Amino acid sequence: MKALPEFEKRSQQEVKATTCYMCACRCGIKVTVENNNIRYIQGNRDHPINKGVLCAKGNAGIMKQNSPAKLHAPLLRKAGTERGAGEFEVISMDRALDILEARLRHIRSTDPLKLAYFTGRDQMQALTGFWASQFGTLNWAAHGGFCSVNMAAAGLYTTGYAFWEFGDPDWDNTKYFMLWGVADDHASNPIKIGLEKLKRNGGKFVAINPARTGYQAIADEWVGIRPGTDAMLALSMLHVLLKNDQFDWEFLIRYTNAAYLVVHTPGQIGHGLLLRDEAGNPLVWDQVKGMALDGTQPNISPALFFEGEVQGQPVKSVMVLIAEAYLDEQYSPAKASEICGVPAEQIERLALEMAHIAFKESIEVDVPEGWIDWAGRKHYKFIGRPVSMHAMRGISAHSNGFQTCRAIHFLQIMLGTVDVPGGHLAKPPYPKHIPPAVKPAKDCAPNTPLRTPPLGFPTSPEDLVLDENGKPKRIDKAYSWDAPLSNHGLMHMVISNAVKGDPYYIDTLMIFMANMAWNSSMNTAETQQMLVEKHDNGEYKIPFIVVSDAYHSEMVNFADLIIPDTTYLERWDTISMLDRPISEPHAACDAIRQPIIKPEREVMPWQEVQVELGLRLGFPALTNPDGSRKYKDYQDFIINWEREPGIGFLAGWRLDEEGNEVPLRGKPNPKQWERYAEEGAFFAYHLPENTRYYRHANKDYLELAKSAGWVGSTKQIVIELYSETQQRFKLAGQGLYAGPMPTEAHHKERLSQYFNPLPFYYKPLEQCRIDEDEYPFYAVNQRPMFMYHSWDSQNAWLRQICAQNYLYMNRQRGESLGLADLSWVWVESHHGKIRVQLKLIEGCQADTVWTWNAIAKQAGAWGLKAGANENTKGFLMNHLISELLPQQNDALDGVTNSDPITGQAAWYDLKVKIYPAAETGTWPLFSTIKPLPHAQESPDLLRYQTHAAVNVVRSMEDVLERGSVHDGNRGTSGSKTV
Amino acid sequence: MKLGLVVDLDVCVGCHACAVSCKQWNTSGMSGALTDYNPYGEDPSGVWFNRVRSYEVGDYPQNKTINFPMSCMHCEQADCVDVCPTGASYKRVEDGIVLIDQDKCMGCNYCSWACPYGARELDRSTGTMKKCTLCLDRIYDERLEEVDRQPSCVITCPAHARHFGDFDDPDSNVSQLVRERGGYQLMPELGYSPTNRYLPPRVTRLIPTEDVSKKSLISSVKEWVNKMVER
Repeated sequence: MKALPEFEKRSQQEVKATTCYMCACRCGIKVTVENNNIRYIQGNRDHPINKGVLCAKGNAGIMKQNSPAKLHAPLLRKAGTERGAGEFEVISMDRALDILEARLRHIRSTDPLKLAYFTGRDQMQALTGFWASQFGTLNWAAHGGFCSVNMAAAGLYTTGYAFWEFGDPDWDNTKYFMLWGVADDHASNPIKIGLEKLKRNGGKFVAINPARTGYQAIADEWVGIRPGTDAMLALSMLHVLLKNDQFDWEFLIRYTNAAYLVVHTPGQIGHGLLLRDEAGNPLVWDQVKGMALDGTQPNISPALFFEGEVQGQPVKSVMVLIAEAYLDEQYSPAKASEICGVPAEQIERLALEMAHIAFKESIEVDVPEGWIDWAGRKHYKFIGRPVSMHAMRGISAHSNGFQTCRAIHFLQIMLGTVDVPGGHLAKPPYPKHIPPAVKPAKDCAPNTPLRTPPLGFPTSPEDLVLDENGKPKRIDKAYSWDAPLSNHGLMHMVISNAVKGDPYYIDTLMIFMANMAWNSSMNTAETQQMLVEKHDNGEYKIPFIVVSDAYHSEMVNFADLIIPDTTYLERWDTISMLDRPISEPHAACDAIRQPIIKPEREVMPWQEVQVELGLRLGFPALTNPDGSRKYKDYQDFIINWEREPGIGFLAGWRLDEEGNEVPLRGKPNPKQWERYAEEGAFFAYHLPENTRYYRHANKDYLELAKSAGWVGSTKQIVIELYSETQQRFKLAGQGLYAGPMPTEAHHKERLSQYFNPLPFYYKPLEQCRIDEDEYPFYAVNQRPMFMYHSWDSQNAWLRQICAQNYLYMNRQRGESLGLADLSWVWVESHHGKIRVQLKLIEGCQADTVWTWNAIAKQAGAWGLKAGANENTKGFLMNHLISELLPQQNDALDGVTNSDPITGQAAWYDLKVKIYPAAETGTWPLFSTIKPLPHAQESPDLLRYQTHAAVNVVRSMEDVLERGSVHDGNRGTSGSKTV
Repeated sequence: MKLGLVVDLDVCVGCHACAVSCKQWNTSGMSGALTDYNPYGEDPSGVWFNRVRSYEVGDYPQNKTINFPMSCMHCEQADCVDVCPTGASYKRVEDGIVLIDQDKCMGCNYCSWACPYGARELDRSTGTMKKCTLCLDRIYDERLEEVDRQPSCVITCPAHARHFGDFDDPDSNVSQLVRERGGYQLMPELGYSPTNRYLPPRVTRLIPTEDVSKKSLISSVKEWVNKMVER
């Protein structure tokens, strides 16, 4: 073989490990840098999340780093110009921080609620939440309210963990995987890695989704369901399981509250609550002693089915209630089919297939040294039911998403697949006790930190965040009667509420990395109007808007003060165990980012900004009693701040008393950042074999979890099939609760109707307030996997894959309506209309239309040039979606278009009508955003390379000798075409 | 040696990771830069060595969606080489990789017309044709760890749908995969004898349900008799 030239000058290159941030998946990457430019980004093979692979987004990091939309310096809206006009002056970072400090100092010392601080797709909610608590405002949340709170809440109120960041299928052992709803890339690489494992192992992949794109393409079976009806499908499968006596008795009795006794006194205070002994322990009917006993004890034999009178009260066991509820004819496959559109035979078969895999193809994982259950009993096997599931946005973004997600968890629990081999596994620090023992902060006062975090988990109406008149205290009305379990807040309501002064006016809106003026708000066009709305006196209704972002987004254009952030390759950052870490089921992990590229702009990481502001404002946790700074900067803070002794933001390489490095708990280590940087930018503590399954009832695991600060107690985590929390709110709605109750009729109705201790199907709220005959199509949207959870419409490579979205419709349905492929159509909802280009496809349920979300961009934003397809042809469905319920001149007119339990934005509830348009081109069109000072003209031609190419020269000798080498035999069956 | 790729259509989800990974490696690689035209404007496009086509087969509801990554097949009968008037295009003797000597190429496009797989692209900025090199500048680079001496698209593929190896070696991973999974050539009837192979979707096994079906279905709670299960 001839020697090849030296293609790369390795001496001029450096490889550094860090964590990707092209989406929220947080994969490990190794970045090769050459002359402060990125040569190559590769997945880190040792990393627990991506194990070496990397998705399209991660591979496009070079173009993110080199985006012409990067912000270059702090900007202040020019005096005398209108907000949104795009007139800014460049100011220094010092001045920007001074302005912000002065504003915040005044708010903090007078009325901290005047600050609303909301963050987008960030991965540092432990830090931003800490900051808000120290500042003393209740008005903080991240983007979970319009993303996935239904999934998190349903899981944390049922199994103690949930999908995605909280749990994963046991990809190595599962034999049957059911994917519910739009979920492409939530998470990105792990699901792809897992699907391949599943298929290689001969497992079956069932995809339930109105659209057959993305992961659904490789599903063994595609179930084209109607959007928002998944609860009906899940509960109908549960019906089939019950009818055929297929559920895991042992699992239900040992690990769930299925045998607990429920007081059955309809219409009376206390109905539907668990029967408890004097110590407050829930009771079960013991079959051996023939009496009610504390159901949390070991070595009793509870009756799964029990109905009778105990302590003078009529009671039913939870399982009796479950059987009564789901044996009901309304959940029969025939009836369910009418709602969800899935054929009855298919519903029945899928349920039985799962039963077969769970019970006839069970697996056992041997534990030679034994594992000890919560009661101290030793076992030598983990019994596995190898059926697993995953669900995300398609379930979450409906107003019935919480109950739907609970219904999916019910299937998992009935099949005994919760944290068992082959099932769905928790990821440390999960599972937690149900729900996690954090209550939302209720009170705030000037210059005073909150007593508890702003977000938490209510278990009864007493935990709501209401004033003495029962009105919301938070600007987003979280934890009010509108949405009592809004554990992630309602970011989608902040602007709308603040502009109405409902519940009150604020002073400053501080937004980090969230595009509320565009694709992250429902009702985009009106939201832009709200952002510039003024009082009669000429003052803006939201007086001051601060935005931190690394790129020129639509939201940036509406800021009064812009703090330019760094890119993900330019800063120190933590992905903390106190947050939602990068753990895998069998390893507790966290990670850092480290600067790879030196920014040549006046930018400051938002992490640093927060710590600096906190130091300047004298947050008690950041300052010494004499007012001096406790920490020098962000890095110093991360190393040395402790939530409790031994527990800080980073769990790796802490120190014991002797100064040895120890995992999980220990004293601060001054070299902690360096250790992470040396070790691939992540920390992984691999769980011992005996702590890998049944962690809700695994003594060794629970003790480990307690010592690591993940849980507060080593008590068994009893899975809550029956949710007393739900029942307490229901009772409050019915006027039967001995505690706070709503006074307004619509609140009473919503609580009575939608809160339920057992999950059920109900029609999404929007669809109950419109004429469904007029709007026959369900309309949903999803992100393509090469852009999901990322900002990347400005990405020069990714936009070559897709720069325009279409409205996708079932071909046969389109043809029956006389709509031609690629024609332009009007799409109209109760709220508005848009003009879009249609594409007819096969892979779309016949009553559904869908599109790629967030492809469209406002002209002038994101460094895109005039004529960019994202501006002229792309469209947002957001214009069709109201942040409020459809108007009917009743008390619900002002109520958020969200799940009535969690406040999850119900942007998938949309229904539309579609008819031909005479004109072409997208509508509505928006004005062109002015370029920012410092903005460089985006190039017309891009030739990115970090060094000149080294060509492989073919010798003239070879050319002459061989010439064309393929004059030999042509293949047999074809003829030459050239 | 006959180096090439195996692409597993059973697990390719169409995520484009391979395409973008190829782009980022090769834009600073031996044929770089891979020019992008109008990268921030109307109808952005550029030079890519690997593209994923997606299409549907069958009518709803019996439809399927197929994602089909395509790059140079490194054909044994490579007409793109035959038609090259300058000798820039050639098939390497030692490993069968089809390459273009950028110094000799005059961008006449004959090769792209000769290629039925759409593998060759004109870089309008350099006026030369460019194509997949199987990451020649990675696979022989002994300064890389052995596991990294593979094409960028293979290393990155999140679904492990791409495999690289020597088809002349019957024991290589690619030869084994082709044997075991019925790997096939794309459009063999055209006679180019492409080296790359595609693995067809696996056949889903049937899952029995009779053993979990009850003859007389339960219709009320009363029909269950409690089992003795110790908590």
